[in-house]
Amino acid sequence: MATTSLGLRESSAPLDLAARGGWRSIKNRLMRGLLFLSFLVVMIPLLFVLMAVVSRGAKVMGWSFLTKDIAPIERRPGGGVGPAIVGTLVVTGLATLLATPLGIMGAVFLNEYSAKGIFGRIVRFMANVMTGVPSVVMGLFIYVIFTLTFKQRGVGGSLALACLMLPIIIRTTEEMLKLVPNYLREASLALGTSKARTIVTVVLPAALPGIISGALLAVARAAGETAPLLFTIGAAKSLQINPFADEAMTALPLQIYSNASSSFPAAQARGWGAALTLLLLSFLFTLIARLVSARFATKR
Amino acid sequence: MSSPALDLRASKSGGETGFRCLALAAGAFVLVILGAIAIVTTSKAWPTFRLMGLDFFTTKRWSATDRIYGATAFIFGTIVSSIIALILAVPVSIGIALFTTQIVPAKFRKPVIYAVDLLAVVPSVVFGLWGINVLAPKMDGFYKLLNRTFDGIPILNKLFGPSAGGKSFFTAGIILALMITPIISSLSREIVDTCPAGEREGALALGATQWEMIRGVVIPHSKGGLVGAIMLGLGRAMGETIAATLVIGSSPQITANLFGAGNSMPAFIASQWGEADTPTKSALIALAVTLFLITLVVNIVATRTVARSQLRSAGGR
Repeated sequence: MATTSLGLRESSAPLDLAARGGWRSIKNRLMRGLLFLSFLVVMIPLLFVLMAVVSRGAKVMGWSFLTKDIAPIERRPGGGVGPAIVGTLVVTGLATLLATPLGIMGAVFLNEYSAKGIFGRIVRFMANVMTGVPSVVMGLFIYVIFTLTFKQRGVGGSLALACLMLPIIIRTTEEMLKLVPNYLREASLALGTSKARTIVTVVLPAALPGIISGALLAVARAAGETAPLLFTIGAAKSLQINPFADEAMTALPLQIYSNASSSFPAAQARGWGAALTLLLLSFLFTLIARLVSARFATKR
Repeated sequence: MSSPALDLRASKSGGETGFRCLALAAGAFVLVILGAIAIVTTSKAWPTFRLMGLDFFTTKRWSATDRIYGATAFIFGTIVSSIIALILAVPVSIGIALFTTQIVPAKFRKPVIYAVDLLAVVPSVVFGLWGINVLAPKMDGFYKLLNRTFDGIPILNKLFGPSAGGKSFFTAGIILALMITPIISSLSREIVDTCPAGEREGALALGATQWEMIRGVVIPHSKGGLVGAIMLGLGRAMGETIAATLVIGSSPQITANLFGAGNSMPAFIASQWGEADTPTKSALIALAVTLFLITLVVNIVATRTVARSQLRSAGGR
């Protein structure tokens, strides 16, 4: 009766413990094996990708590859990704500066001021929906409102990446704020501190490590985005540091993309080199994020 | 005597409301951006919608020189490659979610989750680079083999048609599946984790095996949320641009042949943007508006499904 919800049809199910050695046990092992297999199935292509990037990227990797300008002629070997590394760091860094304060304040609004309110619920829902907006749409949006008037320059790419990062930061920050125990807020308010001061001096510091690691994960994701930059930052071949200047910039994902479909071996090699560089950067951000959250988590 | 220390009113002054308004503005900014995306892109796409009318969605041909813009082939390619990705990614992702929450010993749980999350760290363009240079040439031989094997069997010989050199709907589906697997599996893991321990232990105490417990308790409990997680994955697969651009084959055709070359909306936008003139750019933005609307609908439905299932499990039914 109650056992039917468990999918057991045997009439003697409740006491038939010996049957566990039979077909049911075999099925159990089989399904456990299948679940483990689903994990392996995903690890194998991941390993293939990582191995291909490391082995092919290592061929061109070196100090000169990391520092030299983009190769002027596609089919010749040589050249590097110096401007692309600088571009990725500058454009993503500026995007982080734009998106992080806004995202944290948005999360503060959601969790501290309008946790149950109707407007808060709408904003939370829309922030969730916004994480699914395709990056190519974000890129075209910034193209229309920014690039058409101000031409291609670094800050356009930063705006597009900031739009992608904002909902991620709001979500992770809100999760972290939820974890801050209420008695901390109540203790602070009971001492006569205003709500704003409580948030700034008690709630945010308590959630800080989680917020930082969430922001770093958003940075790692944004640094690997190609489509939003395709329309907004142009294609420079030499070093360009100032994202506000009226000059095209370039970034690592753009270098990988432009070299990936090339038929020249030299260009392909540079694509793999750029991929290795980008992968190392993304891993670095992710690793720092993990360390930050692990460090502070054990401290508490 | 004690009154100065208890000046509670002072705390309700300007700084307090200012901070509150700042937070409100930051929250409202999300709505502003979403609204601006819809309005701005639609207005730029308007010339195309006026030129083509509703035929934009039903015309198969896209010719910049003849000023004929039809989205059908790209919508088809987007849907086919995303569905292949879902078929490949969903069983694996839910398997991983169940594996990490129910099977793996607590000791290995964190490392397994980190390993799966590594997939999310690999940028999509790197998957694309691997897809076009390593996977596609390998798959070409595999496609030819399948094509020969199923030659003459109805329906299957249409699906497994002649290979177009490895870059195809199916290759795009594989790459997209790799990219949405970490998303679906981490969402599913959160959902499966909300299954009350009491019910699970109850099933085990009644003599159910671990798998019977998963089938009888965990899956029915999480069904709604899992559907939502799958739909969020679908939204991601449809919007993924660069990896699809590199491996889908860049030829807009409507065919049952999974091994044939195709094109998807985001891939076409990314590949054509560079050499497009102004009217064609408007048409490409119209394609982006179409993509935006489709993903918006998918995401809204998905987010509601997930939220509702979380509400149900939080309320203890």
